[in-house]
Amino acid sequence: MSEALQELAAHLTLKYPDAVLGHAVAFGELTVELVPSHLEAFVDFLLIDSACRFSSLVDITAVDHPEREKRFEVVYHFLSMYQNHRIRVKLAIGETDMVPSLVEIHPSANWFEREVFDMFGILFSGHPDLRRILTDYGFRGFPLRKDFPTTGYTEVRYDESQKRVVYEAVKLVQEYRQFDFMSPWEGAEYILPGDEKRV
Amino acid sequence: MDGSLNDALIGEQKIRNFNINFGPQHPAAHGVLRLVLELDGEVVERCDPHIGLLHRGTEKLMESRTYLQNLPYFDRLDYVAPMNQEHAWCLAIERLTGTVVPRRASLIRVLYSEISRILNHLLNVTTQAMDVGALTPPLWGFEEREKLMVFYERASGSRLHAAYFRPGGVHQDLTEALINDIDEWADYFPKVLDDIDTLLTENRIFKQRNADIGVVTEEDIQKWGYSGVMVRGSGLAWDLRRSQPYECYDEFDFMIPVGKNGDCYDRYLCRMAEMRESTRIVKQAIAKLRLEKGDVLARGKITPPKRSEMKTSMEALIHHFKLYTEGFHVPAGEVYAAVEAPKGEFGVYLVADGTNKPYRAKIRAPGFLHLQSMDYICKGHQLADVSAIIGTMDVVFGEIDR
Repeated sequence: MSEALQELAAHLTLKYPDAVLGHAVAFGELTVELVPSHLEAFVDFLLIDSACRFSSLVDITAVDHPEREKRFEVVYHFLSMYQNHRIRVKLAIGETDMVPSLVEIHPSANWFEREVFDMFGILFSGHPDLRRILTDYGFRGFPLRKDFPTTGYTEVRYDESQKRVVYEAVKLVQEYRQFDFMSPWEGAEYILPGDEKRV
Repeated sequence: MDGSLNDALIGEQKIRNFNINFGPQHPAAHGVLRLVLELDGEVVERCDPHIGLLHRGTEKLMESRTYLQNLPYFDRLDYVAPMNQEHAWCLAIERLTGTVVPRRASLIRVLYSEISRILNHLLNVTTQAMDVGALTPPLWGFEEREKLMVFYERASGSRLHAAYFRPGGVHQDLTEALINDIDEWADYFPKVLDDIDTLLTENRIFKQRNADIGVVTEEDIQKWGYSGVMVRGSGLAWDLRRSQPYECYDEFDFMIPVGKNGDCYDRYLCRMAEMRESTRIVKQAIAKLRLEKGDVLARGKITPPKRSEMKTSMEALIHHFKLYTEGFHVPAGEVYAAVEAPKGEFGVYLVADGTNKPYRAKIRAPGFLHLQSMDYICKGHQLADVSAIIGTMDVVFGEIDR
């Protein structure tokens, strides 16, 4: 299995030497890192080439790494029902960069790209209808970014006097708790208040 | 009264298409789907599904919870077949940690995955029939679902949100009595399918409402990323259980039913046939389970120690405490684990960073892609066909909205 994937990776790097930044086979899956500007040509090749035939787009998603210079990683999964193999394609994207849309090649990319835009605020150039998809009408912010709080900023309730649903800032009765389970034997990187050693 | 008649007699009237909201409270919308339909008379010109009304932010919540705490969220995605989702999550963790599941646990997983498949198809086939006007099938189908949910309850303690599959195996072993009862049920169940068959398969109204409606071609499958019955109904024998086997599906003898025309009616037939195949797998799994005794959890860091050990061993007690507070750590890496859920390919893309919480988990729901193509499929169909198509796409909003 993994030899076939290695061969496939070699085939792809040979065809697109300046697009493919690197590839790896881990857990029986092939991951290819790509230069964002070559995405459309590369995906088109994946679709047409007889050794690839990655005919269905399985998933598009993103991962937020705030500490990196290029903050987002856009991840594509493709499947070939004919060759029975899968591939993962990754792009590194900065916060202001645009990603070429795949809607022309795979119509199924439409909602996936809308979702990535909704959740991460990544813009796709050439997308016909880049609206929010999962969040509320009129929602602000990008929930799956790491700097977005899990509790969100607004909450809704039905107001009896106004006879409609009203939006309010989130009021928490108790602090949102994130437990730290770091074992004292493994050693924490910080000192708990009161635990400071006298210098 | 007399004067107003003139309005109706203007020769050249500008006819405007009619926009209607289908849902979110329509019973045939299968949950909280809002479709904005543009109609030319009774023909659908444009269909814009508005989703997200059941969005609970599962993926965001998962980032702040441990791997084990995240497991019950998967029950709440596709709540019609909960265990198949858990399965994908467990497989992802097991692949990252390199855990080998004991054989008995593997067999139990297959058994319950197939029970879930029957649960799902029973609901889908019968409610789709209800959408096109038949009232009896859901009553018959839900009676069987009830029995299956009792099997769920007897294994996990819960009828719906089981949290039964755990990383490294399944939570509890099945009792001999339960296995016997499932066996007995599997002998009887094909008769119920025959009964539903007599109600629907040759029913004239049912056929008129489903045959030649929502035809899907091989090209559409690739373009829109279909999976599951949406693929098999059009004649492609694509099933992850067969083509990319996981768990121990490769040792089971079952067939993959395929349709011919790719319309709603063929997909109905596929689902009926799949239920029969699933019953066969259930029978085989039970036969194997009777021979295969042993543990149902791969005892180690990611699974709790035995209760009896905890009474005597201090280490086991510490392990238990740490497992349920801190949770286990998963080595850094990324993996995409997919299972053949009843609705299609359900996948989890898991990015682990070596801590006790997932860095990112993306849930890939089959219904999301199916619903996306509503506009494409519905265009040119009649309004009444919309509900037949929603039914046949097998959408459940728990997994689409996440």
